[in-house]
Formats: sequence, C-alpha cells, structure tokens
Amino acid sequence: MITTSEILDTVRMIDQQHLDVRTITMGISLLDCIDASQHAACQKIYEKITRYAGRLVATGEDIEREYGIPIVNKRISVTPMALVAGASDARDYVPFAVAMEKAAKATGVNFIGGFSALVQKGITPGDRKLIQSIPEALAQTERVCASVNVGSTKAGINMDAVAMMGRIIKDCAQRTGDRGGFGCAKLVVFCNAVEDNPFMAGAFHGVGEGDCVINVGVSGPGVVHHALQSVKGMPFDVVAETIKKTAFRVTRMGQLVAQEASRRLGVPFGIVDLSLAPTPAIGDSVGRILEEMGLEVCGAHGTTAALALLNDAVKKGGVMASSHVGGLSGAFIPVSEDEGMIAAVERGALTLDKLEAMTCVCSVGLDMVAVPGDTSADTISAILADEAAIGMVNSKTTAVRIIPAPGKQVGDTVEFGGLLGAAPVMPVRPFSSHAFVTRGGRIPAPMQSLKN
Amino acid sequence: MRAIVTVLGKDDIGILSFITALLAEQKVSVLDISQTIMREYFTMVMLVDCAKIEQPFDALAAYAQAEGEKRSLSVHIQREDLFHAMHRI
Repeated sequence: MITTSEILDTVRMIDQQHLDVRTITMGISLLDCIDASQHAACQKIYEKITRYAGRLVATGEDIEREYGIPIVNKRISVTPMALVAGASDARDYVPFAVAMEKAAKATGVNFIGGFSALVQKGITPGDRKLIQSIPEALAQTERVCASVNVGSTKAGINMDAVAMMGRIIKDCAQRTGDRGGFGCAKLVVFCNAVEDNPFMAGAFHGVGEGDCVINVGVSGPGVVHHALQSVKGMPFDVVAETIKKTAFRVTRMGQLVAQEASRRLGVPFGIVDLSLAPTPAIGDSVGRILEEMGLEVCGAHGTTAALALLNDAVKKGGVMASSHVGGLSGAFIPVSEDEGMIAAVERGALTLDKLEAMTCVCSVGLDMVAVPGDTSADTISAILADEAAIGMVNSKTTAVRIIPAPGKQVGDTVEFGGLLGAAPVMPVRPFSSHAFVTRGGRIPAPMQSLKN
Repeated sequence: MRAIVTVLGKDDIGILSFITALLAEQKVSVLDISQTIMREYFTMVMLVDCAKIEQPFDALAAYAQAEGEKRSLSVHIQREDLFHAMHRI
C-alpha cells in the first residue's frame, strides 16, 4: 500500500508545485503524402493528419481527468516538410504550411511542428524553397512551427544556411511586427536536431521514425525547486541526490501517461523527454532553482556550474524511470517563458553572453531571447553560428529562437502572452560580423578525439 | 478500478460523513481510510473501488471536486496506478 505521505506528496506536487505533463506529441510520417501535384499533396497531408490525430486531444483530456494530472499541450509533429514538398510542382511552400494549419485546427492541437529543413551539409532546391517560405508561412498561420538544422557534429556547420537564416529571422520579425515579431517565436535554428523531440517550436518527425508515434515531454521545475528548499545549506552531493529522486518521480508520471496514451490511441510509444520546461507562472521557473542552490540571482558567477549539476541530475534520475528516453532531455532556459530568468534579465544579471555559456551545459540553447529590432541579419547569423559551434563541438543539440522585436530597444519588453510569456529586450554586441558571415561555405566537422 | 481519494481542508464537523455519503451515493466502495489532522487541517486519504460506478470515472472526479469546493474542501479522485508509478519501482 502506498503511504499517506506519498499520496499527499503527489497531490501537493500537482496542486501547488505546477507538476504537469507538458506535452503529448504525436509524430506522423508524411512521406506517403508526397505527390507531384501540390494540391494533391496538401490534400493527402490534411487527410492523414486528421485521420491519425483525430482522437489525440480527447484522449489526452481523458487521461488528464482520470489521473488528475494536467496535460498542458497536445501537439503534432510531422516529417520535415522540405522532404515532402520537394517532389511537388509548388513554387513556394506556403500552401503546405496552410494545410498543416488546417489540420491542426481540425484536430484541436495548439501547435504543429515540422515546417522544417535539414541543411547541415547542403541545401536542395526543396530546402531552399522551404526556407524562403518560412516568413510568409509563419505570418499566415498561428499554429505552424518551423525549424532548420544548420549544423551537426558529423557534418560541420553550413554557413550558407546560417547566413540565410539571419535574413529569414529578420523577415519573420518584420512580417509579424504588429505582434512583437511573434513569427520568430515559432522558428528554431538547430545544430544536431533530434528526430523525436516532442517540444515546440523545434519538433519534427524524423525520417528514421515509424509511421506514427507518441512522444511525451515532462516538466516540473516547481517540484525540483520545492524539493531543494528542504535541503538548504547542504553539500552538492545532497542537492544532486534530491534532484535525481524528484526527476525520477516526475518521469515515472510521464512514462505512465505516455504508455496510457499509446495504448488508448493504438499508436506505438516513442520516448519520454526528460526536460525541465519552465512556464511564466510563479513557482515554475528553472532560474529560481539555480538561485535556490545559493546564487543571489540567476546569471551570477556560478550559474553555469549550477545548471550543469541540475541538467545532469535530471537525466540521471529520469533515465531509470522510463523505458525509452529521448528528445532533448535536459533543462530548458527559455528567457521569456521563465519568470526567474525574466527577473534576472531585468536586474541586469543575465546577459546573452552568460546565456550562451549556460547553453554549453544544458539542453538546447538561446531560447526565446528578444534583441533590439535594429539588430542586423549578420549579427543574428553570427549568434546562430556561435550557438551551432557549441552544439557541434560538444556533440549536443543547440538551438536558437531569437526575436529581433521590430521597433523595440533595450529596456523594452515584448509581450507574447500565454506559455510564451514576455521577453525583456537584451543588448547585443555592437560590433560587425558582416565579413565573417558573408564568407559562406562550410565549417568542417570537428575532431572527435584528442579532446581538450 | 481502484482509485485514491484525497480530501484536504480546514477541519470541521461532519467532513467524513459528507465524503462517505457522497461516495456511497455514487456507488463507490471504500476499501481503506487514513485520516489525520495536520495543524488545523483535515487530511484524509481513502483507497476506493470504482467497479460499480454508473457514470464515467472522469465525471465522478469532477462531481466530487465540485461538491467538495462547496464546503471549501479540496477533493481529488485519481486512479491508483499513478501513485504506484511515482512511488514504487
């Protein structure tokens, strides 16, 4: 029999510490929707997504009510659209994004990911069309998310793609300028993108995946923060053990939900993504966990070490709790979506440079950072290149989701609302990277031995 | 199907009878009860069997929660396997 205190622990985690399953994401392969006719391909895409995911939202809600666990998002990821649309006669790929949007609305999911291209080594004509369609596609749709993989440890960094993405991000911001550059919040530039990530905006269904799969992303910064409050002043060994135990419980809940969703939908279970994903709500912040470890404010010296410990302990605790772990698995540090990080930026404690250092030791990268609207495309490309280099050399996923908010200056705040939160505009370095970015070509893949 | 009922709230006369009456009316059978007062808060955990309930489980959970709120009580009914998953290897 489970003890009363264990039961009350769980109830408190859910009621007071924001424990939730962040997302159930159904990955759907669209490779069998390829067609020479754009119209026919879009038709097949809409039909397949709605057929497979028709019961996704209702099933998620059933599980939510029976177990009393909030399941915040139900989402869909699809095959990178550049691969699906590449065979078609389409001049641009905006209609494919519109088909995704229609399917997302029909199934009731709040985001659909996979308007994506994988160009770490080279760019096909289909990839190019997709990338050039991104600004218009994201301006015309609400729920479609785009991502582009520009580098990998095995291929190096495609600097032509990096240069292109700087301009695309600027264009995205301009076209959604009336909404603070909201389009950029739905666009991720990756290095070492993973094929089974359930989290938006970077989710897509990789070509190595099956026809349909259920991936689950767990969360729980509030639970970890609360657990650490009971070990104040104790050595880091105790801190790490406490995080591991908490992560284990959180992940077991995710595994249960994943298996249940997989069984009810008749779709194979893919992975649980062990991530600490914050929200803008008070008490659901990764920044505050780092502060609980003894830092006056997130961004103080010591932040990188604290984050390294947190990220590693979450994985160690979670790995045994799930039969298959995958996705991004680590702590996220999206500035606008984390109440503690927002406060740290506003105090001047957390800068882009410090965030970049933090991305060396945690999941993903510079996420949901707003920079001044007049930041040049070259500077954005250079930021992308720096972040991709960290991922490439360290054999990890890094990503950039940056918003050059039109008309905004340092000191302003961009409001996105909901889970996307509010981003204080952060300063960038004022020096030019123009000649660096315009060289083009590829940065060769790094050595994997002689590591120092 | 077995479920765990948790009831939390300020202590008052008749909470136990209120909850058991509510469960009986819904044809929920009580298997085990543990109840205590922590500071001035009433805390009760019950293991129940929902095999004979006539409405869907999620509707029962929503009903119990709504009825509890009328008396300023937090009432949750959750499937038992959640707690096993989280606390047992």
